[in-house]
Amino acid sequence: MRIIIAFAAALAFGVSPQLTFAQAKPAKATSAQAQKKAAPAAQVVEEEPDEATKEFEKFRAQMEDSNPAELFEMKGEEIWKQKRGPKNVALAESCDLGQGVGVVKGAYVAMPRYFADADAVMDAERRIVWCMVDKQGFKFDDIAKKPFQGANDTSAPDITNLVTYVAAHSKDMKIAVPLDHPRVREIYEIGKEVVNYRAGPYDFSCNTCHGSDGKRIRMQNLPNISTGKGAIKGVQGWPGYRMTGGVMLTHQWRMNDCFRQQRFPAPKYASDVVTSLLTYMIGNSNGQTYRGPGIKR
Amino acid sequence: MNTKFARFASLAVVSSGLATAGLPAAADAEHRAKALEIIKRDFQPRGQAGVDRLAEDGLQAICNRTGNNPPEYIAKRMEADQLATIKLPADGKLLGDWKEGEKIAQSGRGFTWTDNPGLPVGGNCYNCHQISPKELAFVTIGPSLYQYGKLRGNSSDIQKYTYNKIWNAKGFNMCSEMPRFGHVGALNEQQVRHLVALLLDPESPVNK
Repeated sequence: MRIIIAFAAALAFGVSPQLTFAQAKPAKATSAQAQKKAAPAAQVVEEEPDEATKEFEKFRAQMEDSNPAELFEMKGEEIWKQKRGPKNVALAESCDLGQGVGVVKGAYVAMPRYFADADAVMDAERRIVWCMVDKQGFKFDDIAKKPFQGANDTSAPDITNLVTYVAAHSKDMKIAVPLDHPRVREIYEIGKEVVNYRAGPYDFSCNTCHGSDGKRIRMQNLPNISTGKGAIKGVQGWPGYRMTGGVMLTHQWRMNDCFRQQRFPAPKYASDVVTSLLTYMIGNSNGQTYRGPGIKR
Repeated sequence: MNTKFARFASLAVVSSGLATAGLPAAADAEHRAKALEIIKRDFQPRGQAGVDRLAEDGLQAICNRTGNNPPEYIAKRMEADQLATIKLPADGKLLGDWKEGEKIAQSGRGFTWTDNPGLPVGGNCYNCHQISPKELAFVTIGPSLYQYGKLRGNSSDIQKYTYNKIWNAKGFNMCSEMPRFGHVGALNEQQVRHLVALLLDPESPVNK
């Protein structure tokens, strides 16, 4: 029910759900109204948030008390504590997210981090998947087959629920990716190279849109992820309840969609290339406060 | 032979000098090599987006290695090479229908793994440029093109320049952020003509 209300509200606010490279045509009705304000505003300071952003921020504030992400957190908590998989083990009694077995408090804001048992740097989603495979005995290939939600699918996959649950337990905590660890630092530096890499039919890199300040596509601000101020914008609100389609989506999913819009092929699920991007972006947000699972346009 | 070698050696010196002086990222050969390895390994084809897209072409490789700031003499040569690949329409007509151009400019479709490869690709123009004041594009990636034709006139030279620029922006600025729409087969002759008209036709809202 809440989900439907949220989506309707999104439409009522005239937040165009498709401000992407692929589907860039905003609704005509809003376009005419906003144009009156946009024409003179184009001259003013770039930091000024556009109308849609302001409206959306207002809406987000109103939604704080009944954040739809909570439904997914609850589901995630249930799955975290349940004995599951071929090995019939609960993640709560087997999975170490870096803070000790079963500890979720503060785990999300301290990942990506290096995990000695896996000998790899892992972001939150990847670590949860690793635990499901290693501790519970699920098959990675089964998980990787359909990791994210399909369009208009309101029942999130287990992993999305689990990530949302874990992320919620870092709400209002400071982001602290351990960049002084040499392995984490290495994957951070690799991530910096990945965001710089131009290829594909349109010669795009991440930095084409997200490498300098004050950029906007259509009406949407493009955060500069090389700065702390910009990077946090790419971190905040994920995992997020997306009003477009009423789905809950993870940060990994968002990285996938960036590559899609870059006209790249698809990154393999829970792979180093995604971890490197997340390490770079979340690492650049270090010291800032994570507000927990959120709401996205 | 000697001159050839000397030229190559000076290229190597200049580009390595620039690499260290450019973006910090460009200086980091070791991490770059690892990033390339990971990029090669960690993608899979989806829809129309094959893994062949991950390979850098020569131009991309130089831009990537120099932080998009190649030495001037290399840029000039590469730009000339890119320009030389452009074939103007055989009938010499460069101006199409601005109304069609407006539709192409508005569409951002094409080339992603969710796009149907059989459908025409859009120009993505409004994603980066302000063009017609009637279409909302509160953007800062590319320069405003409002009044483009009014400011430049509609001479055959301007038509040719505009056509070439849309076809292959790298002919004018080697590491430009603008895609090479004609060069990569995103837009065809007819579509580029319509876009030229959108920018240059005195009747186009761009020039009102």
